[in-house]
Amino acid sequence: MKFAVIVFPGANCDRDVAYVTRDILGQPTRMVWHEDSDLSDVDIVVVPGGFSYGDYLRCGAIARFSPTMQATVEHAKAGKPVLGICNGFQILTEVGLLPGALVRNRDMRFICDRVPLKVERTDLLWTAGYTAGQVITLPIAHGEGCYYADEATLAELEANKQIVFRYSGVDGSVDEKSNHNGSLGNIAGICNRAGNVLGLMPHPERAADAVLGGVDGLPLFESLVRSLVAA
Amino acid sequence: MPHYSARIYVTLRPSVLDPAGTAVQSGLAHMGYTNVGPIRIGKYIELTLEADSEAAASQQLDRMCDQLLANPVIENYRFELQTLATA
Repeated sequence: MKFAVIVFPGANCDRDVAYVTRDILGQPTRMVWHEDSDLSDVDIVVVPGGFSYGDYLRCGAIARFSPTMQATVEHAKAGKPVLGICNGFQILTEVGLLPGALVRNRDMRFICDRVPLKVERTDLLWTAGYTAGQVITLPIAHGEGCYYADEATLAELEANKQIVFRYSGVDGSVDEKSNHNGSLGNIAGICNRAGNVLGLMPHPERAADAVLGGVDGLPLFESLVRSLVAA
Repeated sequence: MPHYSARIYVTLRPSVLDPAGTAVQSGLAHMGYTNVGPIRIGKYIELTLEADSEAAASQQLDRMCDQLLANPVIENYRFELQTLATA
């Protein structure tokens, strides 16, 4: 399975993703400069974290207009997998592949921590490697990760089971106490209706090598590759 | 083609929390201004453009705001247009 990792000016998690897909999983991985509009050779597009275009105006607002993002929209519309991590999640909402928006954290702080997350769905190609209701620990590092959507959109997300990860306690309890940034519904990650586009604020790529203190992010990449090979 | 100047105001939708506004309100309270109510912080953008008519300029600005200058999911916008004297 061939991965594309988009490189924006200001991206800073692109190499972390490539380390996982290329070095740990042994999958061919192409770093794609944001001006490149051809993604026809790749199976999976990853929109990495960082501060694309300095996050000017709003996080992800400028990045969405890059030629590679236009190609990414086509890739997603063809039903192929697109993963947005952190700033990548913000970009996917700005470009309209995922609903809602990410706004300033409730308590104004940039949060850099490792937090428990409840895996809400295991029937997706992203999460088949987890067990139902499993609580995993992933790093978060963001200042604008508070998920917001209007009531109707939220109800739709719940009804269609598009909420994939929620901030939770280590016991899986989802409440205000475990809500680090004020996200509605403790939302940490969502998918589109078809399930081929996933966006999340936590960093699975930073928890894929034991040397970094955690490997709970690795099953996401592994199950993705496994699901695609099997398909 | 006539030149126009636009003043664009982007504000958070009332349903979106504004923690920055809350922080500024508490700063003002520390200055003694305990009489200040809730604060909402927005963006102000100035630009000039050429267009066939004021209606055309206004239409273009709507598109610019809807697609880039504001995010309709969380923000509202309004703008004022002014015709600039042509040289």
